[in-house]
Amino acid sequence: MSTTFDKVAEIIAETCDIPRENIKPESHAINDLEIDSLDFLDIAFAIDKAFGIKLPLEQWTQEVNDGKATTDQYFVLKNLCERIDELIAAKGA
Amino acid sequence: MRLEYFQMIDRFVRVDAGERVARAVCTVPKESPVFEGHFPGYPLMPGVLLIECMAQTTGWLVSALTGFTGLPALAGVKEGKIRGAVFPGDELEFEGKVVHEGSGYAIGEAKGWRKGTPICDATLTYRIIPYPSPELRAGLWDWAERINFPAKEFAK
Repeated sequence: MSTTFDKVAEIIAETCDIPRENIKPESHAINDLEIDSLDFLDIAFAIDKAFGIKLPLEQWTQEVNDGKATTDQYFVLKNLCERIDELIAAKGA
Repeated sequence: MRLEYFQMIDRFVRVDAGERVARAVCTVPKESPVFEGHFPGYPLMPGVLLIECMAQTTGWLVSALTGFTGLPALAGVKEGKIRGAVFPGDELEFEGKVVHEGSGYAIGEAKGWRKGTPICDATLTYRIIPYPSPELRAGLWDWAERINFPAKEFAK
């Protein structure tokens, strides 16, 4: 059974044409993988569909802009996958 | 339809929030400065303006589904196809369907027809941005009324 990270990495590789082996749990989507905001919308759409959730991008952006969170919390892939798992768990609760 | 003002839609004929579908019609003007350049002696509706017709039809629906809380800015066009030539005087129909409402973005699928024949289709991505001015949002109600879009029913 594939993990959340495996699925997310596949989505990123396919959406952004990035070699799968370059996508690691420690990768920062923006700083390391150089994914821009438009491509991230495509990734968010694919993640929303694949996991049946709605990534709260507006809330995350607001928190980063307000200095209440860092981009690492949401865009380092292992952290992003944790957020996804939380959203999946909240959906099932 | 006033091409040079980017007023692509004459009127909406269907807005169904439950089905997330909207349909609009328009008539390509017989004359427009656009046709002086596209092309001299052979007036042809530019394909990018057919994309714009689909974008406006679906964009109004995105606005409605999000309660007119932000401006849907066209951010992506995928699988855009122009399937046939469109000429001055043609009567067109467009349908937009919102297939996903994300956080701060939406995905739509749109199609266009001339007398039942498909002329264009595309998958559209919208980024929903804050209205740059209160005047722009306030001006939407008059605009919506002109094109028979029931905007006030959806406004939050």
